[in-house]
Amino acid sequence: MATPNSPLWEVFIRSRNGLAHKHVGSLHAADATLALQAARDIYTRRGEGLSIWVVPSSAITASDPAEKGMMFEPAESKIYRHPTFYDVPEEVGHM
Amino acid sequence: MAVANVQVSETPLVLYTLRRADDALILGHRLSEWCGHAPTLEEDMALANMGLDLLGQARELYSYAAKVESKDNDEDKFAYLRDVRQYRNLLLVEQPNGDFARTMVRQFFYAAFADLYWRAMMQSKDATLAAIAAKSEKESAYHLRHSSEWIIRLGDGSEESHRRAQTAIDDLWSFTGEMFAVDDSERGLIDAGIAIDPAPPHAQWLRTITTVVNEATLALPASNWMQQGGRSGRHSEHLGHLLSELQSLQRTFPGATW
Amino acid sequence: MYTQALNTSDADDRNVEDAARAAAFQARIDVDERIEPNDWMPAAYRKTLTRQISQHAHSEIVGMLPEGNWITRAPTLRRKAALLAKVQDECGHGLYLYAAAETLGTSREELVDAMLAGKAKYSSIFNYPTLTWADIGTIGWLVDGAAIMNQIPLCRCSYGPYARAMIRVCKEESFHQRQGFEIMLMLCRGTDEQKAMAQDALNRWWWPVLMMFGPPDKVSQHSDTSTKWKIKRFSNDELRQKFVDATVPQAQFLGLTIPDPEMKQDEAGYWVPGPIDWEEFKQVLAGNGPCNRDRLAARRKAHDEGAWVRAAAAAYAEKRKRRQFAQAAE
Repeated sequence: MATPNSPLWEVFIRSRNGLAHKHVGSLHAADATLALQAARDIYTRRGEGLSIWVVPSSAITASDPAEKGMMFEPAESKIYRHPTFYDVPEEVGHM
Repeated sequence: MAVANVQVSETPLVLYTLRRADDALILGHRLSEWCGHAPTLEEDMALANMGLDLLGQARELYSYAAKVESKDNDEDKFAYLRDVRQYRNLLLVEQPNGDFARTMVRQFFYAAFADLYWRAMMQSKDATLAAIAAKSEKESAYHLRHSSEWIIRLGDGSEESHRRAQTAIDDLWSFTGEMFAVDDSERGLIDAGIAIDPAPPHAQWLRTITTVVNEATLALPASNWMQQGGRSGRHSEHLGHLLSELQSLQRTFPGATW
Repeated sequence: MYTQALNTSDADDRNVEDAARAAAFQARIDVDERIEPNDWMPAAYRKTLTRQISQHAHSEIVGMLPEGNWITRAPTLRRKAALLAKVQDECGHGLYLYAAAETLGTSREELVDAMLAGKAKYSSIFNYPTLTWADIGTIGWLVDGAAIMNQIPLCRCSYGPYARAMIRVCKEESFHQRQGFEIMLMLCRGTDEQKAMAQDALNRWWWPVLMMFGPPDKVSQHSDTSTKWKIKRFSNDELRQKFVDATVPQAQFLGLTIPDPEMKQDEAGYWVPGPIDWEEFKQVLAGNGPCNRDRLAARRKAHDEGAWVRAAAAAYAEKRKRRQFAQAAE
């Protein structure tokens, strides 16, 4: 008999105060509480974490890599959004 | 050549420390037996973590006992060269793993006690014991959380898991009383503010486990008859087998360094 | 972390793919771009990776058994803690790898079921028994040493989730080989009995470890596609040679003799081993190693005996969801 699938969770860990949570991996657990415990037991064994988020993998909506052009390329030409676009004489100092 | 058992001068403080060390080692050893065989990979990781916590506690306590005793003993001599009659652990922790429910119930009963006990011991007048307690308390708090969540899921999960969890509670219940027993040797240390009197935490322990057991739709047995003996070396038959495995290399190769 | 070149070629499947997309895919690989789960990929790439990553994961999990055999008998508390932590790491590595394989679209359960049914392979090395404590040292020293040779290049594998898992694994594994070598060192500096134990373990493990790198390049059928896809960056023989050259001086340091009377150093300084018994390798892969049956039986037992626990957790989660739903409806 095939083994029934158990839900997949994505794990995010804040490694130090002041840093954002970062995706570190996934795990299987029947519910959120067990997922959080498992995340602690699997992904923080070497003092990697101060805070954990677990999110059902199925709750993530992802952009489609095939739409990369439409999604991301239009931003590449907006160079005026970056400070280096503007010329300020050196004698003005840091700005 | 047979390897002789070490002799231990069991002054009250040495004995007291060894008892806690033995609890941690034997329970940690039991948990380590699961490694590679747990119901899920996630739980395999968790059981090993708890085992490593307990092993760490045991090593610190043995080292302290050796220091207090000031003889030739060390953590490994205490662990590997004492016979079953010299071991001082609770009967509860030497009980075999059985199924996952039995392992979790054993963990739950012990962790609920250890958590309160270590917390109280943080106030010990003995600075080393207080420091070990401060570290161990955080570990046992997590063990309690982890095992409680499983007791709830097993009790309130399927019919089969409920039955297995209830059987484990019924079978292990009579080993819980020993955690709260005090003998003369400990009484003096308690009066001196070094050891912890386990009697006061009993009511809190009972409240903690009752809450979880109720939520799990399980029941605690009515019987109050409690087994005793581990603290003075009168163990169940299980411990001898555990030790023969644990100690096999040290006993087979006398004096070798590993 | 143990991988082994066991894959067979899936190049035929590629014919059905849209040629333009396949060309664009290959172009990305050629400029060292990483492929991510939702990206288009040739079916054969998906299949090859699913198989390789899951075999790798199975190897980690089955690999817990031979070393786990000694956790309860480790000779000191320090060794016991290190061994338990190491075997636990292997469980974690199996778990990371299953997760990486799952991103390709096959569930962990399905992958595990295939292994338990004997349909999926795992590294041949774990079908040998651990008879003495020296075997634990030897596994750390040689088996982990061989694995590291294999897995460091995998950190740059073209498939993002596999590469990321491998980076994590390599970081965690850094203590494994040292742990093993330290055990060997203690034995080799110990009593005559301990030295003999160390030599005996090396004698038994040496050849199986050399086989971990897979068949020789001249008969390996699948390296071409894997190389083109940058899944594999070095050939079996290249990695094996690297391993032998790194290991011989370590054995000399320990005062142990490599059980290969034909081994010699060539003019360039490379150590050239004698012929490997590939028939033994074939037999072990085919299920006829000394422990194949025991290993599968142990994994099946854990799986079967855990079924009611997994079912209980699922049942509870379902109940809780229903209760929350009912509460919300009130």
